[in-house]
Amino acid sequence: MTMRSISLILLAALAAVPLFGPGNYPLHLMVMGLLWGFIYTSWSIMGRLGMVSFGHGAFLGIGAYTVVLLWNLWGISPWIGALVALVITVVVAVMIGYPCFRFKIVGHYFALTTLALSEVVRLIIVGLREQTGGSLGITPKSALSDGVTASVGALQFSSKAVWFYLMLGCWLFALYVWHRVDRSMSRMALEAISEDEDAAASVGINVNRTKLSITVLSAVMTCLGGVLYAQYQQYVNPETVSGIGISLQMVFGVIAGGMFVMLGPTVGAVFLMLLSEGLRVLIGNEVLGVDITIYGLLLILFIIYMPKGILGTALDRVQAGGAKR
Amino acid sequence: MTTMLKLQDVTAGYGTFQALFGVSLEVKAGEAIAVIGPNGAGKTTLLRAISKLIPVTGGTLEMEGRRYNDLPSHEIIGLGIAQVPEGRRLFPRLTVEDNLRMGAFLPDARAHFAERLDYVYSLFPRMKERRLQMAGTMSGGEQQMCAIGRALMSGPKLLLLDEPSAGLAPVIVQSIFDLIRRIRSEGYTVLIVEQNIQQVLKVVDRAYLLETGHIRQSGSAAELLDSEEIRRAYLGLD
Amino acid sequence: MDQIFDIFLLEAVLNGVLLGGLLALLALGLNLVFGVIDVVWICYAELIMVGMYAIWWLHSAMGVHLALAFVAGILLVGVLGACLHQFIIRPVLSAEPINQLLVTGGVLFFLQAIATVAFGVEFRNIGVRLPGVNVGDMNFSLARMIAFGVALAAIAATYLFLTRTYMGTAIRAISQDRTIMPLMGVNPSRIYLLTSFMGGALAGLAACLLVLQYDVHPAIGLSFGPITFLICVLGGLGNLIGGFVAAFVFAQFISVGGFFFQLEWGYVLAFLFFIVVMFWKPEGLLSKRK
Repeated sequence: MTMRSISLILLAALAAVPLFGPGNYPLHLMVMGLLWGFIYTSWSIMGRLGMVSFGHGAFLGIGAYTVVLLWNLWGISPWIGALVALVITVVVAVMIGYPCFRFKIVGHYFALTTLALSEVVRLIIVGLREQTGGSLGITPKSALSDGVTASVGALQFSSKAVWFYLMLGCWLFALYVWHRVDRSMSRMALEAISEDEDAAASVGINVNRTKLSITVLSAVMTCLGGVLYAQYQQYVNPETVSGIGISLQMVFGVIAGGMFVMLGPTVGAVFLMLLSEGLRVLIGNEVLGVDITIYGLLLILFIIYMPKGILGTALDRVQAGGAKR
Repeated sequence: MTTMLKLQDVTAGYGTFQALFGVSLEVKAGEAIAVIGPNGAGKTTLLRAISKLIPVTGGTLEMEGRRYNDLPSHEIIGLGIAQVPEGRRLFPRLTVEDNLRMGAFLPDARAHFAERLDYVYSLFPRMKERRLQMAGTMSGGEQQMCAIGRALMSGPKLLLLDEPSAGLAPVIVQSIFDLIRRIRSEGYTVLIVEQNIQQVLKVVDRAYLLETGHIRQSGSAAELLDSEEIRRAYLGLD
Repeated sequence: MDQIFDIFLLEAVLNGVLLGGLLALLALGLNLVFGVIDVVWICYAELIMVGMYAIWWLHSAMGVHLALAFVAGILLVGVLGACLHQFIIRPVLSAEPINQLLVTGGVLFFLQAIATVAFGVEFRNIGVRLPGVNVGDMNFSLARMIAFGVALAAIAATYLFLTRTYMGTAIRAISQDRTIMPLMGVNPSRIYLLTSFMGGALAGLAACLLVLQYDVHPAIGLSFGPITFLICVLGGLGNLIGGFVAAFVFAQFISVGGFFFQLEWGYVLAFLFFIVVMFWKPEGLLSKRK
């Protein structure tokens, strides 16, 4: 059986899961796994090409808060809200990306600038505490009631199964985008760019425009992730959707899974999720901060000993094993 | 005359690329020795190996009878070996005097800093004029003088010079070699790696010909200057 | 009415200057490490947080005399900096820069979390109340003024160390040409270790100054970490003088912006200013070293 048919079979199996009525908690885990897989994959589209953003929390936050605020304050449907969020995201991404790429501000500079960006978004959210509820977070007004379990206009569904299929679709979409970026000329261009900018430029590849479009693409998809997160969880607060914490976590997740492999970010997302759920079960909620301690330790250990991530290292081993034969 | 530096069957290279194949040479106290050869012969690699900037994979390095293969690179200067690296390699945003100060980093040298500084300034009066100038803003010739001065600040027994004339105008080249003659006459032992065969053979006692990592010839400067092959291959004479 | 308005604005400006001194100290530590080792300690603010907790714990929980607690704090964070370099950064020195950033990111998580586990999320205060100082109608915190003075003294001392001593000159030299350092008898690893200790000690000193003015809690690093990064980037990463100037500029934005609006907006304003500068004068953002 080819890789292709195996993947399709697995995919079909995955899609069939809700039909077996697995219960709300496992479904919830799967939804979150797909959602974070979607978000991490969106980040990695930029990351693997050398543009390491430490501030994608900004786009997540813009997505989440825009839809919730527009809905709560003016009853604007999250579909429209999402569009508004996308526009804002594009503006912000260009605002940061353009000077960075035009003036060759890369590497450390780029990472630190994006890091500051995510913090600024968090500060804006907190600063607008009248509207956003500040650090306490905010909940979208529910459009559901006893009789109404789904509202497409308000993008609210009480059934986790519905969310599951929605997230599945988005996740597959992200993989598809990853694949397309990987294939296109842009990808060759960007690899050339991340190796040697001047050489790439001399071959006539418009470095800046390519970098900028990838950045915008990644930002926009992450923003969408924020929208979905807000609508699914029905609660957001500045810490979970913006700021350094979530931005670093995104990077960590992708690295842990494997940045240069298509399914790497998803593996990372699932790994992190299982880790935090597992810790919650083991240690409970009393000792605050233990899970992050372990995150931190793991990140350090991963970088030092397994920089290619779980999937990346596994693939390497498989390939090496194959070559030996 | 006592042997100062002795290399026996030294092999060295960069990772999988071997650049030196069983190189043996000797420098006696008070001598001036040249290592000549074409581009890519391994001359700079040789000096890097002597200073342990690259690992030595075979053979022995000896200074004053003591084997030093296992010494880390930052302890070589403690043996009395100071190198003026290829391309001068001054610290561009330090002043001339700070560059010279770096040459005297060793605790021993620090104790003699003031007198050695005076000595170097007497050798290079132009350096004294420019002592507070950023080293990177000086001309090539001045930088070379400063680099040599920096090496002298450690009070070395053996001075290694890597292509001191490279990239300099002919007039300056002349003054550099005059300088080397002067240093020689002050009693320093000198090992020079050079592409400018004509000039360097006029300044040294003996020389080695290095080609593709092998020593092909050795002898007194006069012998090499007279050698048929050298004259034909490198001096364009017949 | 105009008089009073001006006076409080002046107060904000002067407070900005006082803040600038402290921020300049923060920028110095970060820039020093980056300039020499070429690594950004993303967890720099968290090192300061650890220092603050150490001082608080020694003084408030253990009853150690404050001065002693300060000294212990500085030494502790200095050692922490050296350990950070030796055990966490050294293994990835030859890897990609992003790995180095990430590994310090991991330390950031770790330190924040350890602090939470050890001390909880409550705000802790060392209970030292320094008086205010009145200059006309303006009121300044003595703690702030002391912080300003000490910060400037430390910066001056560092400057003298870098320019007048052999070690200091070697530290400046290594950032200009790493490979020939051994020729002069300098062991680069030792310089890195010393620099890391210095970076940590400067953070420890900042902790002493901050703990006089603010309560400590595990997330306090977020209050000044990002702004320190922006300052260093604006002044040119590794550029000690640039960082010094940028610190005062940013402090003005924070202080005056916070005067006209709420505190958060001061930061937002500073960031917007940063973006504007990036568009307008990117040369200010290119570091001296390439």
